[in-house]
Amino acid sequence: MYAWMFRHLPGPLWARILLTVVLLVLIVVALFGWVFPAIAPYMPFNDGLVGADTAGTAD
Amino acid sequence: MARRSTPTHRHGPGPLAAAIGIVGELLLTLGALLLLFLVWQLWWTDVVADREQSGIIAGLQDDWGSVDQETIAPAQDGPPPRPDTLGENRVWGTMHVPTFDRDTFPLAEGVSLEEVLNVKGAGHYPDTALPGEVGNFSVAGHRNTYGRVFEDIASLQPGDPIVVETADAFYVYEVTESLIVDPSAVEVIAPAPGEPDAEPTEQMMTLTACHPMYSARERYIVHAEFAYWTDRADGIPEALATTEET
Repeated sequence: MYAWMFRHLPGPLWARILLTVVLLVLIVVALFGWVFPAIAPYMPFNDGLVGADTAGTAD
Repeated sequence: MARRSTPTHRHGPGPLAAAIGIVGELLLTLGALLLLFLVWQLWWTDVVADREQSGIIAGLQDDWGSVDQETIAPAQDGPPPRPDTLGENRVWGTMHVPTFDRDTFPLAEGVSLEEVLNVKGAGHYPDTALPGEVGNFSVAGHRNTYGRVFEDIASLQPGDPIVVETADAFYVYEVTESLIVDPSAVEVIAPAPGEPDAEPTEQMMTLTACHPMYSARERYIVHAEFAYWTDRADGIPEALATTEET
């Protein structure tokens, strides 16, 4: 799958390596900036509150 | 036997091998995503929150004016001033806990994870007392991740000071006890801690945080009792004096 993607990137080898690195960085930025903050509330270790008002958050 | 040693036709892997290859790559990707999530949760949230909290504290120093760090303010006898909590999710104070590695952090109104605890520091349970009031001034904070303001909560011993600073005053509390309770134990933040139906008679404070570390199965609770307050214009309270030198 990844080998297939790499073969289908345009340009010479150095350009394809550069493109791969850029794509990976963009993916990490998207994960850190949006995806992980969105799923973190559903993780079961982020809550230090007591009481019923924690029902809607991770617990 | 002979057929096995002859070169086979090279049309790439068969469909089964290709499918197994793709599943393998997906599993590797999943592993990489989980590792990245851990890096984000355990490291990056701290980086972001530390930066945010430093900015908030610097902003408060500008707004409130500087405190004379050389002068020990006398403990005041009169009733403590009532702090202005400004409104939901707003930062209205700082907390100083000399026992903690990071001993100063912002205190905001409310315990919303997204609006307060994940970004600003500690949060005041909205329906609990205010600093200095009779009742139970209760504060929540993260013990891991997001700046982990209560990381060292388990190191607090009876007698250790917890100081709340507002625009006008320092409120000094002293730790009385530490407990580990279930997440449902709302009585720890009752006006009279541990006695949900009792009328409060003392000026108490309560900190709540996750327990054990990296889990939310239980809660670590610290109760403290009001000791005295000082006027911010007079300098720092004695409780903070020893730490300023180190």
